[in-house]
Order: sequence, then C-alpha cells, then structure tokens
Amino acid sequence: MPMTITEKILALHSGRDSVSPGDFIEAKVDLALAHDVTGPIAIKMFYDTGVRNVFDRRKIVLVADHFVPNKDISAAQQVKRLREFAREQNLDYYFEGGEAGICHVILPEKGLVAPGQVIIGADSHTCTYGALGAFSTGVGSTDLAAVMATGEIWLKVPPTIQVNYTGARGPWVCGKDLILKTIGILGLDGAHYCALEYTGDAVKGLPMYQRFSMANMAIEAGAKNGIIEADETALNWLAGRSTSEPLILRSDPDARHEKRLTIDVDELEPQIAFPPSPADVRPLSGVDKITLDQVFIGSCTNGQIEDLSDAAAILKGKKTARGVRLIVIPGSPWIYRKAIEEGIIRIFLDAGAVIGPPCCGPCLGGHMGILAEGERAVSTTNRNFIGRMGHPKSEVYLANPYVAAASAVLGRIAGPEEL
Amino acid sequence: MKYKGRIWKFGDNIDTDAIIPARYLSTSDPEILAAHCMEDADPGFAKKIRKGDIIVAGENFGCGSSREHAPIAIKAAGISCVIAGSFARIFYRNAFNMGLPIFESGDLQALVSDGQRVEVDSDEGTIRVVNSTADPVRIQPVPPFMQELIRAGGLMKYISKKET
Repeated sequence: MPMTITEKILALHSGRDSVSPGDFIEAKVDLALAHDVTGPIAIKMFYDTGVRNVFDRRKIVLVADHFVPNKDISAAQQVKRLREFAREQNLDYYFEGGEAGICHVILPEKGLVAPGQVIIGADSHTCTYGALGAFSTGVGSTDLAAVMATGEIWLKVPPTIQVNYTGARGPWVCGKDLILKTIGILGLDGAHYCALEYTGDAVKGLPMYQRFSMANMAIEAGAKNGIIEADETALNWLAGRSTSEPLILRSDPDARHEKRLTIDVDELEPQIAFPPSPADVRPLSGVDKITLDQVFIGSCTNGQIEDLSDAAAILKGKKTARGVRLIVIPGSPWIYRKAIEEGIIRIFLDAGAVIGPPCCGPCLGGHMGILAEGERAVSTTNRNFIGRMGHPKSEVYLANPYVAAASAVLGRIAGPEEL
Repeated sequence: MKYKGRIWKFGDNIDTDAIIPARYLSTSDPEILAAHCMEDADPGFAKKIRKGDIIVAGENFGCGSSREHAPIAIKAAGISCVIAGSFARIFYRNAFNMGLPIFESGDLQALVSDGQRVEVDSDEGTIRVVNSTADPVRIQPVPPFMQELIRAGGLMKYISKKET
C-alpha cells in the first residue's frame, strides 16, 4: 500500500506492514525527552504507578534548559529532581550546566537523532527533529512517563498535509519565513492532528539550520509532526555527529495526502507574525512603523550557529538603536564557543547586545529578558501569545534573524535593505 | 457521569500560555497553578469561579505548549469539565491523562452565554441548558481507544495493567 514517510515510520515502529490515517497504534520509541519544566511531573507519574526502572537508560534524555541557570528556588528544585532521577536511573544522557543547551538544539547536535526514528518529547517543539526525516512529536508529562516505563506510545496515525515549496528564495528570506507563511495560510489549527510534510525544490535548497526552524514550528499550525525527507544535506549534517544508521524513507509518489498545498517562494518577502498569534502573518513591506523595546535572537527555532552568523552579518559595524535591548542566546555551548571563535560574539557585543548562556531564555517568559507592560519585542522565537514573553500587555512580533538584527539597529521592525 | 455548572465562555485558540502562563511553571503544585488559571485570558478568573463551573470554548482549545500544568490548573481550580469545538492535540491527551473531563461540541458556543447553567451527561452524550426547553446538544463520541483508557483509570493504570 502506498504510504507517506510519516506512515512508513509509524508502520515500522508498530510492527505492521502498513498503517492508515486514523489507526490507533502502539509505537516503539527510539528516544524520549523531558526538560526541567515537564520532567518533574513525568518523574512523579512514573514512580506513582509503582514502576521501578526506565525501559532503557540509553534512550531517555533529560535536559535542564528552561529556567536555567536556576532562576529561583522552585526552579532549582525542579532541576534537582531531574538530576536525582538521572542518577537513580543511571541515565546515559542528562545535560545540565556547561553541557546543556536548548534540548531541541543539542539532541541533533550530539548525534542522538537519526532519520527514520520515533522521538517523543515532553515539549511541544519536539517536532523539530522532523527536519532530519524522523517522526517526532510533543506530548505531556504523563504520556512521557508512560514512554519512560514501557518504551512505547499510543498514537493515532495522522493524515498528511503536503506543502510543496517552489521557486527561489530572495536574499533575506529563510526557512522561518516559509513556515510563518504556511502557518498564516493554514491558521493555528489548519494542520490539526496532521503530519505536515514539507517538500519541493525550495525546501531541498534549504540548509539544515533553516529546516530545523520549519519542522520546529509545525506545532504552531496544530500539526502532530513536521517532516522533511532526509537527503544529502541532512546526511552531510549528520556525518560526524550521529553514529546511528540512518533509515532513509520517502513518501510514495501515490501516497494519500489529505491536502496538498503549493507555496511559491519567488515573491515571498520576510514574514512577520503579529501578536498574539503565530498565524497573524504579514509581509514585511506591509508593516507600518512599529517601534521596539527589545530584540531577542535565539531559541529552538533560530538558535543555531548559522542563525547567529546571519544576524551578525547584518549587525557588523553597527549599533543597536538607543532604547532597544538586544538579547542574544546561543542554542548550545558548542554554538556559543563557535560564535566566539568566529568573531560573531564580538560583533554582537560591539553592537551593544547582551549575550545569555544557552537556555530557552525569554522565549517563554521564563527569565533573562522579560517584557514590561506596554513593551514591544521582535523575536526569532516561535510563539507570540498574550503574555508569552512577560506582561500580558506586552507584544511579541516573530521574525527571522536578519529582520531581528536590522530591527535592533533601526529601533523599529525593518528589513536589512533599509540599513 | 453528569456535570452541572455555570459556564464561562472563551473564544477560539485559547493557548496554554493563557491557561497557565509560563511565569508560574517553576512549580507543579496544583494549588498554586489553580490560583493563576486562565489568568492571561480572563484576569481574576480563579477567584470568580465556583466549584463545578464549566468552561465553554471555541476551536483549538489548549493550543501551544505541552505543559500538563494547563489541565492541572483547570482541574485544581474546580472546573468540572471543559467543552470546546475542538481541542489541540497535546492538550487533548493531557486532559485525559490528568482526569480532566473534556467534551467536543461545535454547536454549544452559539447557544449559550456566560453565566448560564448547563448539564453534561457523558453517558448519554448530551449537553442540556438548564431551564431550557431546547433540544440537547450532542457531544462528539469519544474514540473507542480513549474509552478503553478511561475505563482502565487513565494511561498509567492502563499501561501497568498491560505490563503485568
């Protein structure tokens, strides 16, 4: 039976020849993830049911990344619980302090993710790993506890929406803009319960870091997973990182897609998502003068080394506008080090930026850059809901790193061509 | 099961940041989370509601983050059940896992207003507006697999039963 890539991965992991959308399956999990916010509840649920040991200590990854370095006593308690559990269960992968970065950045970076895997994480942006041709999705803490106990998860096989990106990107247009445009078209629930499969020449031409941005934000359209078939770009990226044998799967040409969508990127401009919805997306040229108090560059959406170098290319030799706080957070210690070695951090510092340690930072209003009442920020992150980065009356505009950098210099939402 | 309570109406796309803002996520204490339930959608909500009240919302309720703190906050605040046009995928799973009753109905929103009382009969699959002669609204049936989970007493009981 012809199947999509998502269906093939799920069939293989549930011991079936084929699966169809709507089937309830129990799938074997290759990697399970939790962090300092979702982990402690998962751990409690895990022990509450009388389970003693995790299903496989090599297949569970715990990362302290949300409220670290610990922002207060209760955050410290949560990380402590994570650390204790990692010790109790003798887990191979527990990352904290100088080893830790944003979970969705460090898992691929450390080679823990491979094409064809099923990865379940207690974080909604677990869908990021679909950029490498894996099936990955976010769940809550209890579901994750069940995975830690059994190594399996029940799933309803999602129908697939295929988005075909054609044409050639303009100079300041990134994977971020492709996905923002897609979310704008689909709406916040347009891919409700579906797999979002990104395909087409414009995606094949995207470097890996921009593919991560695209898979990362699949959840913002309500999707279960976002996925791109692993190709040479993906395999080259994995070389030297992952030692797992990649399982390269492709959608059959006659696979059933619930919907097919084509987006031509020839004329696509950088996109801005207006608060309070990642789906309120407008082209940069349609944005009136919006002055800013803060610009944030980082997160699991745009915290890769190339994201930082893109921003630095714009900021080189320039200063942030008076009254604008620029906050830059590298996604991992490796990225931080590389950004120092490549002179990127110096460019940011010269521009007047504050550099934070690798963590989720202000993305979810945790710490390191909370907005006050009435303040406005441009952010390279993934959500701009009410109160997302601070006060309920603050505003977050989502953009790509080029636009974020140019906006920091001009003190208003603007593209690099205005510099 | 029957759930009877005063309703609080919300629109489409009520996200988990609105249900429980991340600034309170350095704890998973239900009491603390309950005190901030729906804070960024309706400030003071937790103080206004009475035990047993019902949230009625539009499409895609609970979109955004995977935080289980969201259904925990709603349940601990005393809300007896949530009725929405649809639920975001992760929230849907979390609610079942947390034992927060949720029901899908696309028709109720337009028929009721804030403060009215409704009665949900999950066995019958109906929602009635109290003191109204109008026909009851149908609830979308729960998939058989989910019913099995509920019968087992939730996910963790389901898997421990399977393991033994």
